[in-house]
Amino acid sequence: MDINTYRGILTILVMVGFISLILWAYSKKQKKSFDEAANLPFADEDARSLGKSELEKKDHD
Amino acid sequence: MSTATEQPTYNYKVVRQFAIMTVVWGIVGMAVGVLIAAQLVWPALNFDTSWLSFGRLRPLHTNAVIFAFGGSALFATSYYVVQRTCQVRLFSDALASFTFWGWQLIIVLAAITLPLGLTSGKEYAELEWPIDILIAVVWVAYAINFLGTVKIRKTSHIYVANWFYAAFIITVAILHIVNSAALPVSMTKSYSAYAGAIDAMAQWWYGHNAVGFFLTAGFLGMMYYFVPKQADRPVYSYRLSIVHFWALICTYMWAGPHHLHYTALPDWTQSLGMVMSLILLAPSWGGMINGMMTLSGAWHKLRNDPILRFLVVSLSFYGMSTFEGPMMAIKTVNALSHYTDWTIGHVHAGALGWVAMISIGATYHLIPKVFDKEQMHSVALINVHFWLATIGTVLYIASMWVNGILQGLMWRAVNADGTLTYSFVEALEASHPGFFVRWLGGAFWVIGMLLMAYNVWMTVRSAEAKPVAQTA
Repeated sequence: MDINTYRGILTILVMVGFISLILWAYSKKQKKSFDEAANLPFADEDARSLGKSELEKKDHD
Repeated sequence: MSTATEQPTYNYKVVRQFAIMTVVWGIVGMAVGVLIAAQLVWPALNFDTSWLSFGRLRPLHTNAVIFAFGGSALFATSYYVVQRTCQVRLFSDALASFTFWGWQLIIVLAAITLPLGLTSGKEYAELEWPIDILIAVVWVAYAINFLGTVKIRKTSHIYVANWFYAAFIITVAILHIVNSAALPVSMTKSYSAYAGAIDAMAQWWYGHNAVGFFLTAGFLGMMYYFVPKQADRPVYSYRLSIVHFWALICTYMWAGPHHLHYTALPDWTQSLGMVMSLILLAPSWGGMINGMMTLSGAWHKLRNDPILRFLVVSLSFYGMSTFEGPMMAIKTVNALSHYTDWTIGHVHAGALGWVAMISIGATYHLIPKVFDKEQMHSVALINVHFWLATIGTVLYIASMWVNGILQGLMWRAVNADGTLTYSFVEALEASHPGFFVRWLGGAFWVIGMLLMAYNVWMTVRSAEAKPVAQTA
């Protein structure tokens, strides 16, 4: 087979891969686990930063 | 430094070391930049000394700001973020310490060899082969330590910031090792393993991916942790961050040829580089929007939080320069912009506006945390620093736009008989006011960094540890 046929096939494979990634990322099934992941920066709060966010909440009152 | 108490689980020592050196190398690298900017305005400032000549100090400036300042910021934040989001201490304290001292040694060696004129001549990869080998060793140690920490994590997910940091670390290792392949002829001299147009392509494959992975992916890792953290809310869309990651790392690899438009590089390669650069706009802006929208509903926080302002304005400059970049990659635009000051302006919109501002924001965020203080010594000084940096960046890029377009137009102007309208020196003379404004913008930056150093110093040495509960 001509090398350009392989290149064409590869382009289609990458495209299919990318579209599947988008479908996977935006599927409802992933929602819960992504929400968990998104909160990881806040998961290891020590006493002090908790105190700080309480302060900020106060500011909004 | 002894005043801080060690967090029981995390290795904050290496974070502290790199965070302090971020500030130190920021001042050094930017001061050298201001010196060479001044040399273009007042050429006598090279004092007729070869070590102080523009050609030798320019690579010193670029290496110092990218690898010493930016590199230290990346080491500090990646070690901090990976521990806090994996909830585990670093894989190896010994490797952490090795990467710190190894990296500092590399920087010192660069600061000695580059003014001596020892260079392999590849932009952003000037260092000679013994230093290149040392970089490879330190980098592999960094990769083992970072990925090892991810592997032993206590959380089930790998937070998106760590994906970006990991991509940055792995790709930079590959880029560095491939592009630095050379045949040594003595301890201080080597020749590239590649020849002709292939060497140029290898160099700019490296060069643009250094922008894409060192100066973008690594700092996006920083963005995905510090913006949500400082805004006190999770990232706008975690789904978008996943698509952002894969789209960005798959596209960046191909953009390098836009540095070689209208050269001996095959035409199809140039066109491919141009098209892939245009496509890059989508993932770049996807990431920028994701960072910005994290603040939706919390925009009021910008009013009294200069750290958040640093982070958000860095995203604006990121959006601006990732629009400008694809535009400049279009061959017809490039015909005007290439080899002019416009390129320098574009680089600094990214380097000062994006890379430096997000690093500074992140450093202000983590310094009090790793030194166990309530907050930075002076929030007002952070605000002054913010304005100095913003105005400095605007002065810098605006003057370089004007100079770049002026140079591009003057160089291409031809008379009716086909001869050039202007000599090179005439274009240089016309650039003089722009050179002055650029120097002024750079000086603003250095003053800001000195304020930061003072602020960090006062924060670190202040005796009072953080109060346990709240203080109003």
